[in-house]
Amino acid sequence: MNITKTLDAKGLACPMPVVRTKKAIDTINSGEILEVLATDKGALSDITAWAKSGGHTLLEQKTEDDILYFYIQKA
Amino acid sequence: MTVQKWTAAKVARKVIDNEELFILDVRNEDAFQDWKIEGHKFEYLNVPYFELLDGVEEILPQLPTDKEVLVVCAKEGSSVMVAEMLAEEGREAAYLEGGMGSWSSYLEPVKVANLDNGGELYQFVRLGKGCLSYMVISEGEAAIVDAVRFTDDFINFAKDKGAKIKHVFDTHLHADHISGGRHIAAETGATYYLPPKDATEVVFDYTALTDGLNVKVGASKIDVSALYTPGHTIGSTSFIIDDQFLLTGDILFIDSIGRPDLAGLAEDWVGDLRETLYSRYRELAEELVVLPAHFMIIDELNENGTVARRLGELFKENHGLNIEDEEEFRRTVTDNLPPQPNSHERIRQVNMGKIIPDNDEQTEMEIGPNRCAVR
Repeated sequence: MNITKTLDAKGLACPMPVVRTKKAIDTINSGEILEVLATDKGALSDITAWAKSGGHTLLEQKTEDDILYFYIQKA
Repeated sequence: MTVQKWTAAKVARKVIDNEELFILDVRNEDAFQDWKIEGHKFEYLNVPYFELLDGVEEILPQLPTDKEVLVVCAKEGSSVMVAEMLAEEGREAAYLEGGMGSWSSYLEPVKVANLDNGGELYQFVRLGKGCLSYMVISEGEAAIVDAVRFTDDFINFAKDKGAKIKHVFDTHLHADHISGGRHIAAETGATYYLPPKDATEVVFDYTALTDGLNVKVGASKIDVSALYTPGHTIGSTSFIIDDQFLLTGDILFIDSIGRPDLAGLAEDWVGDLRETLYSRYRELAEELVVLPAHFMIIDELNENGTVARRLGELFKENHGLNIEDEEEFRRTVTDNLPPQPNSHERIRQVNMGKIIPDNDEQTEMEIGPNRCAVR
């Protein structure tokens, strides 16, 4: 996977992980991939639902050592 | 416009006083569909906060200007953001402090009745979760039934009333919420009772709550007597207080009956449930006022905020008490049951003392409605 940009949203509480993710995705081009790291458990459902509502593709989501990783391809 | 912060207590008053409120719930759709703040006269709009990041203009026409608007989310953060955005658009908006987590935790004590010689019976209504706990107070002593995990609420309430907590009961091993019973007992020196048939796996000491057990609260001897009524669990026990009130635990609710499947033994326990509802309860006086351990829908609340109804009325109106055919009863309580409560298996483990999660985890486990009933 070719990651264009990484956003570190660890330690941020809702709604900031999604707010920052949106801002970050605005800075990359269609088809490029954003990696997001977060620790707020709410981000799991929220980033997933946000990506879906914006038409973006969540390529992969994994959790390692309590850190949530998201790989989002911009629509 | 300024943004107001509302407490769960303030929202609870709106529910109980039958007031109007418009709730803008900014959680995910499935979270909203699953569980929300229920009020008799509440209206709702559900738009996830992440769909409002570019602004709230689009939803402004859907928000009333002649009603209070409360923004609600899971924890608080998103509702503050959205309420501030509304304020910037010139709309008055409030947010719920602590979000649905604090709503789930809030307890409203409501007096059910005065008992003989100055005694009192209180129902603690946990509106957000539909849990009901009870406190009998009489001449400086108190007994508590089915306490939820917010132990300070009970301990401080008793203290304010000048009563020493002597007896703490759980009608059964709960699967939908974490019991505060044994912790209250440990802190106050009270005796903690649990039905032994539900306690085969617990890892703490308790006193056996058995059929016919009778305790007196206060010098005027308010009677609290146990009646073995299995079915929701194999140990489920009811209480009769002062020959006037029947605490049914999770066996009989106002508009529904207990489900027998939360410990994985529906087929085994359905016969017990039938026997309890159609034989044991039938032998009791119809004048008894039923006080259950849960409500499921807001319509089960009386005008004063209590959840209570005469047993005789329930024999007439509660569908679960009026299924003549045994086979149909069996099907009703074992087939097509609603989803089980969130984390119910882990909650049982906590109530057995086997795992001890921290407060945040406990809040997370208890998210959602109680789902102990079948209609």
